[in-house]
Order: sequence, then C-alpha cells, then structure tokens
Amino acid sequence: MERFTVLRSTAAALPWSNVDTDMIIRVERCVRTPRAEMGRWAFEMTRFDGEGRDDPAFPLNQDKFGGAQTLVAGENFGCGSSREMAVWAIAGMGFRCVVAPSFGDIFYNNCFQNGVLAIRLAKPAVEGLLRTLAAASAPLELTVDLPAQTLTAPDGETYAFDIDPLRKKALLEGLDAIGVTLARERAIAAWQAADRARRPWVWT
Amino acid sequence: MPGTLFDKVWDAHVIEPLGGGTDLLHVDRHLLHDLGGAKALAELAERGLKPRNPALTFATADHVVSSAPGRTGGAHDWAQVLVDGLRLETRKAGVRLFDVGGDEQGIVHVIAPELGITQPGTLVVCGDSHTCTNGALGALAFGIGATEIVHVLATQTIEQRRPKTMRARFEGALAKGVYAKDMILALIARVGAAGGTGHAVEYAGAAVRALGMEARLTLCNLSIELGAKIGMVAPDQTTIDYLRGRPFAARGELWDQALGWWRTLASDAGAKFDRDIELDVSGLAPQITWGTSPEDAIAVDGSIPDAKPEALEYMGLSAGRPIAGTRVDRVFIGSCTNSRLSDLRAAAGVARGRQVAPHVQAWVVPGSMGVKGAAEAEGLHQVFRDAGFQWREPGCSLCVGANGELVEPGARCVSTSNRNFVGRQGPGARTHLASPATAAACALAGEIADVRDFLD
Repeated sequence: MERFTVLRSTAAALPWSNVDTDMIIRVERCVRTPRAEMGRWAFEMTRFDGEGRDDPAFPLNQDKFGGAQTLVAGENFGCGSSREMAVWAIAGMGFRCVVAPSFGDIFYNNCFQNGVLAIRLAKPAVEGLLRTLAAASAPLELTVDLPAQTLTAPDGETYAFDIDPLRKKALLEGLDAIGVTLARERAIAAWQAADRARRPWVWT
Repeated sequence: MPGTLFDKVWDAHVIEPLGGGTDLLHVDRHLLHDLGGAKALAELAERGLKPRNPALTFATADHVVSSAPGRTGGAHDWAQVLVDGLRLETRKAGVRLFDVGGDEQGIVHVIAPELGITQPGTLVVCGDSHTCTNGALGALAFGIGATEIVHVLATQTIEQRRPKTMRARFEGALAKGVYAKDMILALIARVGAAGGTGHAVEYAGAAVRALGMEARLTLCNLSIELGAKIGMVAPDQTTIDYLRGRPFAARGELWDQALGWWRTLASDAGAKFDRDIELDVSGLAPQITWGTSPEDAIAVDGSIPDAKPEALEYMGLSAGRPIAGTRVDRVFIGSCTNSRLSDLRAAAGVARGRQVAPHVQAWVVPGSMGVKGAAEAEGLHQVFRDAGFQWREPGCSLCVGANGELVEPGARCVSTSNRNFVGRQGPGARTHLASPATAAACALAGEIADVRDFLD
C-alpha cells in the first residue's frame, strides 16, 4: 500500500450529501473495468453529458479543480453499497484524501485499505471549506499533515482531526493488513481451538 | 455490568485487542457471491495462500445470474465469466458453492438464514452491504470491502473498530396493510440516511417481538440505508423455531447446547446504549419513497414534500401533489429485502383474482430456490401469473441491475428493494421503494396506490 504522510495539493469540492457508491461507480464497471481504468468512469452518470463529454454542471469538471488530490464533500459520503471500486475510482481520479462530515461506514474502511485518507471534520468546518472552494476563481491548496493530524485550509486556518492510531500507523508505513494478521497465527489458532470446545455447534 | 446483545456477541469474538478500540475478531461465517468471489479467491491464490477455514466459507451466484425462466447461469457474456470463475475458484479452494441449477441457490442474504448458516451469536461477513440482514437472527453481520474479503479468506479474522450502539424501539401494533418494510422506511425518514452511521443498531420493542423471522430480516436489511452497517434483533422463541431443523443448524445435543448460549444473548435489563430512539407504529401508514435516498419516505396517502429539487427533477415529480396516482411503468417484487415466502404471500394476497394494469410490466423474483419451491407448492406462482405478473428465477435481478436486467431511462418502478439511488435500477430509472403488498397494489392500479384500498 502507498504511504501517506503530508499531502499538499489542490482541493476540489463536491457539495452534495448522501453521495452513494452506486453514483461513484456503476455496478457494471466494478467487474468489467480494470482497476487502473476505474478513474475514467468515476461519477459517470453525472460527470458526462449525453455525448460522453464533460458536463460543465458537474462540480468536479471545473478547471480550478484540475489535478486535485484532496476531495471535500458533503455528509454521508460513500454511503450504500460496499463496493471497494468506489475508492479505486476516486483514487483513479487522483484523490488521496477525502474530507467530509461523515462517511458510509464501509466506504470509510475501504479508503484505508487503499492508502486513501478519509478525514471526518465537523460539519461547519466542511461547509466553510466547500464555500471557499466553490467561490474561488483559481485553484486553492489544502495541506493534510497525517503525522500531526491537522488539515490547513487555504486561509491558513488549521483543523485537528481524529484518526484511529492503527489506521494512522498503517498509512504512515504503508502496511499490508493481511501480512500483519498472518503474523498473529498463533493467537488465531489458540482462539479457534478454545472456541471449538466453547461453541462446538458453530464448527459442525 | 449489564450488556447489550451487540456487546455480548462482539466480546465473544475478540481474538486480540489491537488498541485504540480496534479488535481482531473471529469470523464464523464468510459468504461469497458472484460479483467478487472469484476475484478474491484468485487474489488469495496469487499471494500463495489458501482459505484458512474453507468449511466456514459459503458461496452462491446471485448478482449477475439471469432471472429469466429457463436460465442456466450468467445473464450475458461477462456475467457468465463471473459465474464460471466462481465455479472454478471455489472448486480449487474447497469452498462450498450453491450453484445455479441447484436447490439451494439464491440471494446470499436469503439463503444464509434459510439454510441455517447464519445463527444467533455468529459473526458473519460478506462483500455486500446488505449483510446486515443476517442480524435478524441475533448474528453480528456486516458488509466488507474487496481487500477485507481476501483478509478474511487468509486469516478467518477481521480487524474492526467497535462501533457505538443504538437501540430503535418500535412500540404498538401494526395496522392492516402495514409491514416491517414500512416500519424501517419510517425510521430512516425520521433519523436520516446517516442517522445510524458509526452505530450497531438493535431493533427492539413490542412491534419487533411480534414480527416473524422473515419480517425481521426485512427490518435488519435496511440498517445500512440508515447508515448502520450492523442491525440486530435479540434471538427469542421465534428465532429458535425458525432455525430448528434447517440444513446447517446443529442437531441433538449440540442444538441443546447452542440454545443454552443463545438464550443468554438478549440485551440485559438496564443495558446502556449510546443512542435510544422510539417509534410508535400504531398509526403508521404504508410508506413509499419519493426521492433518491431511502430517507425520502412518506405515507402513501401523503403529499410530495417541497425539498431536494434535484431529486424531484430526477424523479419527475412536483412538490405538493399527492404521491398516490403517480403513473407507474414497472413493478419489481424481489431482492434481499423482500423476496421471502411471507413477502410473496402478502403480494399474492393483494393480486389474487385481479389484473396488472395493461401498461405495467410486473416481475416477481423469488429470493431463493427454496422460496420458489415453497411458493409454488402453495400455488402462489399461479396467482401471480393469472394476474399478469412474470414469475422468474431467483437472484438479485432488478435491485441492482448487475445482470443487465434494468429499468429503462425515465421509467418509473415501484420496487420492494432497498435503494432508490440515482441510476440504481438503470441509468435514468426512477425507483420508489415500498412493501411487497404496496408494490402489488401499484401494479394492479397502474399508479402509486394505497394497498389498504385493496384489502377486504
């Protein structure tokens, strides 16, 4: 997994609530599209017009958001389906960090499996960022400092964010969760042996 | 200290605390399906690994299979590739597959309870957000992502941060024509689509105790639509009676031993929840959604609210008008929410001796081969066919359209599924979520209708 430490980049704003993972990537793309091409199809239902050209009404199509690596969005971002391809699609668009007041629980987990930092920030702070980014006439930069757990807005205001220490460590070091758990084999085997005696009906 | 159902089941699965509120949990039941199953098993093999406990893993083909009568596998070329891949990879890995053509095939969250794979107090995961359905039996069940699937296959464990707890108490008794689907849509409308985010929800109260197991599965199914990836109901006599004799349920002495533990799982009196919410269902009307989020539910005899202009535009609706009377093109009775025998009975009860409106294409897609067989044994397929419904083969079908079965752009579908998202049933499709009885009533009326007008 790619490491995440400090990210200073252009930020893009998607000021919508309840963006579901079906909207982020259609189910047909989940199985037919190679992971490396997933970004091309992110938000396809709202991103393109009838002729397959960029629809100017879609917020992320604005020039000022070009090359953005941080995405700021409304609440309950990534709700709905568990499809991890939604994270691949967003990562494929170039985003390494998503900031929202809240996330769909499964999407949130999936972000961290792919080196994408999901940051929950208080709603007024996110709304402020969304307003600033929407009103801007040129690209604006956000700085996300994972070791310090801070996000610095274009106006210099700094917000602290919470993150599970295990997730932080995994991102900072680019850890592979499967490898880490495989190293706990002895504990898993011991637990299973005890459970076979405790709940034998589960094992039949 | 008094504990909740959730706490007891969670604690029973902790292999090791990992710090910061995250635990390494044991997975008792891992369910795979055709959308991601083959790929996950292949990825595991590429890493040089095998499933740690293949006997605890169960696979079925549901998302991409055709629901057309006479089908044999995938609905189209790439669907067939997925189904063939699942066959190959499960065989290589020694994982049991409930294949198309077999008596046990069906939607993963229909067959896991039906076959007795899901049991009270088990920890169940699946790469599908509606895994929360299984919590109706008192299991701790949740959806996971593609990377986590490989993790579970390799280690039979999952790392999870303990969520907060929320109790939703439904009190009172349901009126005629009102079902579990209406209860949960009303709750989502009240707390919002993010109202349960970060929480494990326990459904409790007199109205939940009174529900049969299939209705409880419906209730838990929509937990994810209120933002909670876990929904649970405490096991009781209804649960025990449902499970007894199911193919994968324990028998004899082991069954008795299991009962002893299951009876200790209910939340203790005085157990504390981080959030408690109560909803009186006595006056509840049948619900239907008007917008593009499950939280957009109203009483079927209500008016379309003046809110979310983009959603109204997408749905082709005008604020202030009654929702009833809106012309409908398609009706879908099926999905892991509402495709079980009791659902089909409720819909057939409305359809019996009546006719689907000529302009409506109405489908009934039973949730499993087991449901299909039981429904046919009591003649429900004939009731539906006589009324002009199509009687189809088990799978996810029109709920998600992964098999290419779609609602046409701009067409309006009353659906018993769980998501009315933009494009969920196909690009431009307009979805209204409702109960099977309401959906049947809408098919007959050719427009959104109040099922209570169809009951004797």
